[in-house]
Amino acid sequence: MKPAMQRLSIVRLRRQWPVVLLAALLAAGLLAPLASGAATAGFFLEVMLGGLMAGVLYSLVALGFVLIYKASGVFNYAQGAMVLFAALATARMAEHMPLALAVVAALLLMIGFAWLVERLVLRPLVNQSGATLLMATLGISIFLEGFGQAVWGNDIYRIDLGLPKDPMIVGVHLFEGGVLVSREDLVAASVAAALVLMLSLFFQKTATGRALRAVADDHLAAQSIGIPLNRIWVIVWAVAGFVALVAGLVWGSKLGVQFSLSQVALKALPVAILGGLTSIPGAIVGGLIIGVGEKFADVFLGQALAHWFNLEGGGIEQWFAYVLVLGFLLVRPEGLFGERHIDRV
Amino acid sequence: MTFGGIKALVDVSFDVLEHEIRAIIGPNGAGKSSLLNLINGVYAPLAGTISYLGQARTRMHPHEAARLGIARTFQSLALFKGMSVLDNIMTGRTLRMRSGLLAQALYLGPAVREEIENRKRVEAIIEFLEIQAYRRQPVGSLPYGLQKRVDLARALALEPRLLLLDEPMAGMNLEEKQDMCRFVLDVNEEFGTTLVLIEHDMGVVMDISDRVVVLDYGRKIGDGTPDQVRASQEVINAYLGIAH
Repeated sequence: MKPAMQRLSIVRLRRQWPVVLLAALLAAGLLAPLASGAATAGFFLEVMLGGLMAGVLYSLVALGFVLIYKASGVFNYAQGAMVLFAALATARMAEHMPLALAVVAALLLMIGFAWLVERLVLRPLVNQSGATLLMATLGISIFLEGFGQAVWGNDIYRIDLGLPKDPMIVGVHLFEGGVLVSREDLVAASVAAALVLMLSLFFQKTATGRALRAVADDHLAAQSIGIPLNRIWVIVWAVAGFVALVAGLVWGSKLGVQFSLSQVALKALPVAILGGLTSIPGAIVGGLIIGVGEKFADVFLGQALAHWFNLEGGGIEQWFAYVLVLGFLLVRPEGLFGERHIDRV
Repeated sequence: MTFGGIKALVDVSFDVLEHEIRAIIGPNGAGKSSLLNLINGVYAPLAGTISYLGQARTRMHPHEAARLGIARTFQSLALFKGMSVLDNIMTGRTLRMRSGLLAQALYLGPAVREEIENRKRVEAIIEFLEIQAYRRQPVGSLPYGLQKRVDLARALALEPRLLLLDEPMAGMNLEEKQDMCRFVLDVNEEFGTTLVLIEHDMGVVMDISDRVVVLDYGRKIGDGTPDQVRASQEVINAYLGIAH
């Protein structure tokens, strides 16, 4: 290595130290329970898996969020409400028809919703500031929650996807007692993974996907070659609605369809920010990090707090994601895979 | 038209004939790019009309312009930087794609055939502009001169009747300029495309254009063949300044 290059890489490393520090801190937090003997290897893996499964669901919601942000620059606060709305619609309609039909009907509903949003909100507000559009989506989110309740009620409803509920135990000969794996979670994670794969194929391999990427890259240029922005927005919101529907189905079958679903789904916000807002892989990795991080914090950090400081140590799962993202933003404001903004002055 | 009270273009009127190469020249801030933006619908004029193919309108919209066969390149490149050269040019074919979203998503026969058909057209353009070697590279990683060429390729993918070029040769070295000149002339001759171009290099302008419009401070101060324009006292004054 030439001396100049060596110096460069040292400088780079020195600039990166906060990132390295944070990564080391996270790794230490992750391995501490295992090292200190607070958890057996089997239990450690169980918590890890549980976190990954929850993370996949966060990723799914964050994905819808990133899609809309990429294509239209709108910070869509309503993504969580869309999840609730889609799940609620499916759950209540399934009472009167076969589930498959209810899912299709809910999908059509979400596409109609996308069309309405473009007509009534995005088109009149074109060229308004980001804050205005954010407020508009906040309004959409409150409206959706209220409208959903008005039409379908606010009890807890069930969606029965027929997923296997009984957990299975694997790796008995590897660890003492084996590892408990929820089959339901496993199916959910596969569905999410398949969806992510489908979406990236759609974006990479089809003409419409190409047009979507073009709009995300440069509005003006896209318009000048005849890509119709309005149609693209409808498509993006419809795809985000589809993603919300899938997330709502999986989540609803796991936890039941209830109002709190939209709050849980809001965790997609820190996930998307962590991933970098414009990056689809970022949404996925971000979801996994936050899923695992918060499970570990809930189980082990809670234990540690109770053990050493005699605190209750509960409820960590509620806020941990936000603190984690705050830490990340301090050292890497553009998120994991976000575009770094270098402005010429 | 005006920008926040500043009149950017006043009483500018000029025509472009089918199949000609029309240059717009003028000092910095003369309103050249604004003029292109009006034709292509990025800006809306406060007064006046734009007549195209016998139809007069008070304003144009960008996607409408594209549908009518008006394509353009940009002074400060507006390519899709994260996408490959091929994908960039393929976006230029969006208007020619008829198959539905579902057909594309499911990879049905007609959608695939359409994609292949359009890909063939794009390959012809890639060959024409001699950028075969860079097909798969992300545009953002290419040198400036090549990016300009991709910008032109994307505009050509629309198969335009009227092509607006905003400083196609700015920032290029001599060799790149010569290549670009050749491409511009070939486009005009082989495809019969009408061209309107903004250019600062006087040598280039005089060589390749049929007629020239000269703007200064948002007003038209000259219009005619290169020779006529070069001889005009007013144009000389605008470029060289007048002794007071």
